[in-house]
Amino acid sequence: MISGTLDGNLRHALYVLGENPVTAAAFALFLLFALLATFGPALVPYDPLASNTAQALNAPSISHWFGTDQLGRDIFSRVVVATRLDLGIAIAAVALAFSVGTLLGLIGGYWGGWADRIIGRIVDTIMAFPLFVLAMGIVAGLGNSVANIIYATAIINLPIYARLSRAEANIRCNAGFIEAARLCGNGEVRIALGQLFPNILPLMAVQVSLTLGYAILNAAGLSFIGLGVRPPTAEWGIMVAEGASNIVSGEWWVALFPGLVLMTAVFCFNLIGDGLRDIVDPVRRT
Amino acid sequence: MPVLRRLLIALPSVMGVIVVTFLLTRALPGDPAIYFAGPAATQQAIAEIRHAMGFDRSLPAQFVDYVRHLSRGDLGTSLTTGQPVLSELAARLPASAELTLTALVLSVGIALPLGIVAALRPGSPVDHVCRIITTAGVSLPTFFTGLLLVYLFYYLAGVAPAPLGRLDTFSTPPPHYSGFYLVDSLIAGDFVTFRAALGQLLLPSATMAIFSLAPLARITRASMLAALGSEFIRTARASGLGRRRVVCVYALRNALLPVITTLGMVFSFMLGANVLVEKVFAWPGLGSYAVDALIASDYAPVQGFVLAMALLYVMLNLMIDLIYCLLDPRVRLDA
Repeated sequence: MISGTLDGNLRHALYVLGENPVTAAAFALFLLFALLATFGPALVPYDPLASNTAQALNAPSISHWFGTDQLGRDIFSRVVVATRLDLGIAIAAVALAFSVGTLLGLIGGYWGGWADRIIGRIVDTIMAFPLFVLAMGIVAGLGNSVANIIYATAIINLPIYARLSRAEANIRCNAGFIEAARLCGNGEVRIALGQLFPNILPLMAVQVSLTLGYAILNAAGLSFIGLGVRPPTAEWGIMVAEGASNIVSGEWWVALFPGLVLMTAVFCFNLIGDGLRDIVDPVRRT
Repeated sequence: MPVLRRLLIALPSVMGVIVVTFLLTRALPGDPAIYFAGPAATQQAIAEIRHAMGFDRSLPAQFVDYVRHLSRGDLGTSLTTGQPVLSELAARLPASAELTLTALVLSVGIALPLGIVAALRPGSPVDHVCRIITTAGVSLPTFFTGLLLVYLFYYLAGVAPAPLGRLDTFSTPPPHYSGFYLVDSLIAGDFVTFRAALGQLLLPSATMAIFSLAPLARITRASMLAALGSEFIRTARASGLGRRRVVCVYALRNALLPVITTLGMVFSFMLGANVLVEKVFAWPGLGSYAVDALIASDYAPVQGFVLAMALLYVMLNLMIDLIYCLLDPRVRLDA
């Protein structure tokens, strides 16, 4: 029975991918980013931190595909190596926001009452801030480190998960399959985690990939203004910031390539999110 | 009074914002007293500073103190400039407001017609352009778009001025009336300054508009499509009403409601994007003030900035609700 529905889901997913080549391309791009994040440091032609002032600010060429920056570091190597850090920050933050937010939403939506009211108030308070500004404030308060960038990004993404899972859990809290599980003598916690959670998981998965793109943008934005990751570490946001002063003197490649790759990564996650939504929630297909 | 009731609903948000900004300053790991005392301070000096700043008292007592200072408009003093944070924020607010409002006008002015035309002709080239813009727009890092525009229009084309603040070095700021250079220069009748200020303003506001018009165009297209497909439009058409009247009055007025709701999210984006855009264009607004303070680990301005932005955002959301109420008489504010 279960393998039957899995098979059906897979067929549906393959059908959607076949119908929508853009989503398929986005998945391929995602695989490429995953490979770069895993094997990137072993693949790059130059040490991303090795400066060579004799080769400073060279335009893109055969030996330096993306050119070199003001310290003569190879930009291609730095962009590739940065993949792991950028994706790592975003994935860690989203994983944290997903687990805590979904749990809070489940508690609020399934049990209701005071827990729901308190959780709702916390979520509302986070939403009362412009999110990037709140992230700046959190990093300023907690201290300027990569771990705190992750916490800040997780906190500003928390409301999305908490609200979505609360709404979905609330719709289902008296559904037939929940009643059945109750009649079978399952405890409430067991029902919430074992029956309710798997049921809302597909919808949450869509949200994960949509927020991943936003999390990457957010983390890169924070490091662009000098928070979190510090030079000389290779990170897309910092690299764009380092290239910002070169833009007005015409050395476009220093900022362009890290910016383009950052944009592509965000674009890729947004497209995957839209594609996943088509698979999971055909009603909302646009 | 429904409006008063809506104002009361905003109060818990304001309280929440104040509590969070307080917690960010006081209850977090790390001792600000050690920081304020400097690296060479003795144990006794640190204890004295801690006492002077009230850090040795209980958290609720500190909170009462914090709120009392806030109610007097005291946001503390910047360590780097030695000025009260409130007056510095007030001095820089017009620069940010001028930039953000121009960007908002630009993005609404482009997103609404684009979304409407795309919805009127689904599958047409305009619709495809709309779809590309809405998908790509949200993926663009604002700081990167800004640099790209600077490269294209300043370095390559040479039509834009250098990205160095609100006025180039040859112009003098207009006399201060509103703080908005565009308005002030017009009041003074100084069209040279007006043109210079407009030139400086164009690229940063375009950068912000590109980012914020994507969600607006997307929701305009979707809600316009829904409205055009509904039965009251069919009835209006069948009654022989003109196309312009059907689209602009009947469909648009209904389609605008979700757009107004999305504006709330767009404001959240814009207030954040402000920080990045101001850094790219050396714009002397609130965002660059906060970034400078962050780099110098100067906490009072950062906290003041976060608090001011959050209060501004609560107010904007309040305004959105009121506009929504004006547009849709069915909505009751207390619902």
